[in-house]
Amino acid sequence: MAGAIDRGQRLAQSPFRPYAAHPMTKRDAITFRSALLPQPLPLDSGRELAGVVMAYETYGELNEARDNAVLVFHALTGDQFVASEHPVTGKPGWWERMVGPGRPVDTDRYFVVCANVLGSCMGSTGPATQGPEGEPYAMRFPVITVRDMVRAQAALLDVLGIDTLHAVVGGSMGGMQALSFAANWPQRTRRVLAIATTARHSAQNIAFHEVGRQAIMADPAWNGGDYYEGQGEGGKGPEKGLAVARMAAHITYLSEAGLTEKFGRRLQDRDAKSFGFDADFQVESYLRHQGISFTDRFDANSYLYITRAMDYFDLAEEAGGRLADAFVAARDVRFCLVSFDTDWLYTTADMREVVHALNAVAAPVSFVELSAPYGHDSFLLDVPALDRVVRGFVG
Amino acid sequence: MSELRPDLAKIAAEVPRGVRVLDVGCGDGALMAELRDAKGCDARGMEIDGDAVEQAVARGLSVVQGDADRDLVDYPDAAFDIAILSQTLQTARRPDALLRQLLRIGQTAFVSFPNFAYWRMRLALLLGGRMPVVRHLPVSWYETPNIHHLTITDFEELAAEMGVRIEGSWFFAGGREIGGTNANWRAEHAVFRVRRD
Repeated sequence: MAGAIDRGQRLAQSPFRPYAAHPMTKRDAITFRSALLPQPLPLDSGRELAGVVMAYETYGELNEARDNAVLVFHALTGDQFVASEHPVTGKPGWWERMVGPGRPVDTDRYFVVCANVLGSCMGSTGPATQGPEGEPYAMRFPVITVRDMVRAQAALLDVLGIDTLHAVVGGSMGGMQALSFAANWPQRTRRVLAIATTARHSAQNIAFHEVGRQAIMADPAWNGGDYYEGQGEGGKGPEKGLAVARMAAHITYLSEAGLTEKFGRRLQDRDAKSFGFDADFQVESYLRHQGISFTDRFDANSYLYITRAMDYFDLAEEAGGRLADAFVAARDVRFCLVSFDTDWLYTTADMREVVHALNAVAAPVSFVELSAPYGHDSFLLDVPALDRVVRGFVG
Repeated sequence: MSELRPDLAKIAAEVPRGVRVLDVGCGDGALMAELRDAKGCDARGMEIDGDAVEQAVARGLSVVQGDADRDLVDYPDAAFDIAILSQTLQTARRPDALLRQLLRIGQTAFVSFPNFAYWRMRLALLLGGRMPVVRHLPVSWYETPNIHHLTITDFEELAAEMGVRIEGSWFFAGGREIGGTNANWRAEHAVFRVRRD
């Protein structure tokens, strides 16, 4: 596909060492722009991971002083294609409305870096990657944390020769990474923009993730995680389980009012109820489509590992129990936090806890709750007020 | 320079250079921007209205959407040189508690408020027998955010009761500054500079 060819051409111009992915899944037929981290990555679990590859995309130009870089963190199922076509789906970048020439994160002024997170499946090291034994890690991949993901991103910045960022930016799990970056590497960024996120996964957040994980692991095709090429049923993964996981999660990304407005109780391509278990309702059809199309682009084991990392996320716990202590060294960093009034996954109350902690260390913080009808997904959608806030804050 | 309201312009003129300022009820950040740009201050703000916060953040200011009655407790003691409370005291659930918070967070505070004892108010109430609707307080009683109307004398007495020292006061009517003689009759707005004794 055209996008992949473009990337190949850019890869050839890249000063960084390319990495040949192993042909384990259909995603591995794509050559991702990537860098090999020179040092083994220490993990919060106490283990370490050698030979970590970080796949990434960049937009704009790094200036002479190397101080105009903006690091964008993606969400749970996102990837590095923030402002360019996705090589698997052919869809536009997931945040093109926010990142690009003349956009709120203006690539005419800033050098934007977005990396696929550790544990994911778009070219960065994760469960689908070949491990030291010569077969995919699968469930032998170490359990990672959000801080581990950010540690890998910081190591990527070292490879890229970027010491201090103009800003880190992220929504949802990307916002968790932004907050973790501020807590652990405060000297490496001047601004932190965290949108629709939280400093701690709640019992409800964990509960929804556990439903998704159990759906994957209950699918016989999961096979204990060993479903890659040459294993189990020969490369056919737990697509049904992963689809159900995505369906359950997708509900949490939308607001009740949004669902009602979009679907109501309308029927799908029929005039009457079927008195069966077809997708009678539009909302069922929509969720099934969301679930199935997700399996084309995402690895089930990655979904297990990344949701686990999010569930383990508790910045206060990392700082000894008091959230403000996490930000003691970040009091000179400028923060901007944004929540949405219809987001019931990561709420305004969650965000206020972060604001209070930042006020307690007298860090310069802005916070605004924006009104938008789309629930948690608002950060990705058409909310002009968010564009204005991001543009004003990033500068 | 932007057109600041007279009470805000007075505060902007009185704030020393380069100090740390918290503007409670900062609106769209007009005063904060002035303090940052003209006085080199490190200015932070709090504002309850989301649209105003969005405008302030969009101009590069650090403003938290919050409720002064509830959210000031999270700021550490003496975190700021100066705390500003403009046209907000009369909207607080407990103005005395708010004033105490203000002087816990800031060494010095500027407080501005509309004077309910302005002569037109007195006359309107005396002759009309209704809550006055006048130029500087144009909203009817049932929809006004001003739930604790006060007068200049009320504020001076509250300060004395709380052991708060009044270091300076300025009075305004018809959009310009007036002298202090009979201010409780003549002033529509007052600005006080106060500090803990």
